[in-house]
Amino acid sequence: MAPPTNRRPGFSRRAQYSLFTGYIVAIVGAGLGAVLLIVTALSPHAFASVRGAASDATSPAAAATAQARGAGQGLFAIVAGYIAAGSQNAQLRHEAEIARVRLAEAAAVSDENRRLKATLALMDEEPRPVAAARLIGSTANSSRRFATLSVGSDRGVAVGMPVRAPLGLIGRVLEVGHRTARVLLITDTESVVPVRRAADGVAAFAQGRADGSVQIRLISLGVNPLKRGDVMVTSGSGGLYRPDIAVAVVASLTRDGAVARVLSDPAASDLVVVDPMWQPPSDVPVPVPTKAKR
Amino acid sequence: MKAPRIARSGDRYPQQIDRAPSTLLAGAVPWLSVMLASAAPGWAFIASAPIVPPLGLMVLLGWRLLRPGLLPLWAGLPLGLFDDLYSGQPLGSAILLWSLAMIVLEIVETRFPWRNFLQDWMAAAGLLSAAIFFGTVFANLTGGSTRLSVMNPQLLIAVLGYPVIGRLVAVLDRFRLLNVRVLG
Repeated sequence: MAPPTNRRPGFSRRAQYSLFTGYIVAIVGAGLGAVLLIVTALSPHAFASVRGAASDATSPAAAATAQARGAGQGLFAIVAGYIAAGSQNAQLRHEAEIARVRLAEAAAVSDENRRLKATLALMDEEPRPVAAARLIGSTANSSRRFATLSVGSDRGVAVGMPVRAPLGLIGRVLEVGHRTARVLLITDTESVVPVRRAADGVAAFAQGRADGSVQIRLISLGVNPLKRGDVMVTSGSGGLYRPDIAVAVVASLTRDGAVARVLSDPAASDLVVVDPMWQPPSDVPVPVPTKAKR
Repeated sequence: MKAPRIARSGDRYPQQIDRAPSTLLAGAVPWLSVMLASAAPGWAFIASAPIVPPLGLMVLLGWRLLRPGLLPLWAGLPLGLFDDLYSGQPLGSAILLWSLAMIVLEIVETRFPWRNFLQDWMAAAGLLSAAIFFGTVFANLTGGSTRLSVMNPQLLIAVLGYPVIGRLVAVLDRFRLLNVRVLG
């Protein structure tokens, strides 16, 4: 392509100055960016209010797109459903029969649980959710995994509250705007969730890997007891996430743990629930070492 | 005011008596398209892995390479700030990287005034790779600990997808110079 002809300012002082100022402003801009980066590195949430205001401003557009996205996914699911309808129907019928039996068993267990808890005089504390909301956006190209929530401080959402979908844990609230909130997804590399194996309670941490999976790190090292298909749930330690929220299912083993697939794909989670913090940090009791009674 | 030109056959922008390009449209479309490309991908997908290419930067590079001088040299500062507010990167990352990208393209242009699309593509590919690499490094310095290999798919999509964005910018450029109705 031919070079543009209007690059040379010629004898016009005005054109010369505006070209020169352009260079200066561009270089100053780069310097300003570097300074802002250093400030952000020193205090990561320094510009939370600016980001909150920005995401509040675009929340109507984002919410409209979120609805369209939900409808679009539904359409794809319907089309995909027709393709494998016959065999899937038989398979689902079989699974539904098994599930019906399991459900009856689970109801019996839950009933027994309630009776046992009543005899022990334990309170059945099911926390009331703070708000139900929609995920209206996420970071698309950054290596950090954040999502935007359609509720903010106007509905009582506060920093640190866990966010979950029907299928499992999504993340926790990181920054709160007036009408939106920024959620740190559990697949972000900064997110660490205390988990345990659902079957027997092997304790571990789930740290995000930024690619839709989490790294399960066992607390007690030794022979790796994990197997493919193990379901990890929150353990409740640390006081942020309440126990027994599904987190991930083990996909492949590593030397000292496993790589697990996150159960609640945020892309497929239309509606999410914001829970209160399980135990606010100030109320966490300091564990006192006691001698076991014999 | 210019006298209306008579429309010739094959003229892409035939000037008619009560039609003229709007200065508002011609000036605003580049800025708005970059801003929309920065913010909208986040609404369209809830991505669990960072595979969406940096569309804002790609559109900016597209405008810069298609129409040099249309966006001022300092456009990286405001547009980068806008991108930082929505991208999830630490604030300042895109301001720095986009400003540097504009300066680098200015240098490339004075060094190689005559270029074809392949060379433009190579320049854009180099800048996109650098921006994705340093963006990840900056995100890791401010709290993350992402392996760089996670970004490889995004890098591939960005480099291979640049010509598509280039076409899109060309379509927007035609829209920008569209003859709209003039009242009065």
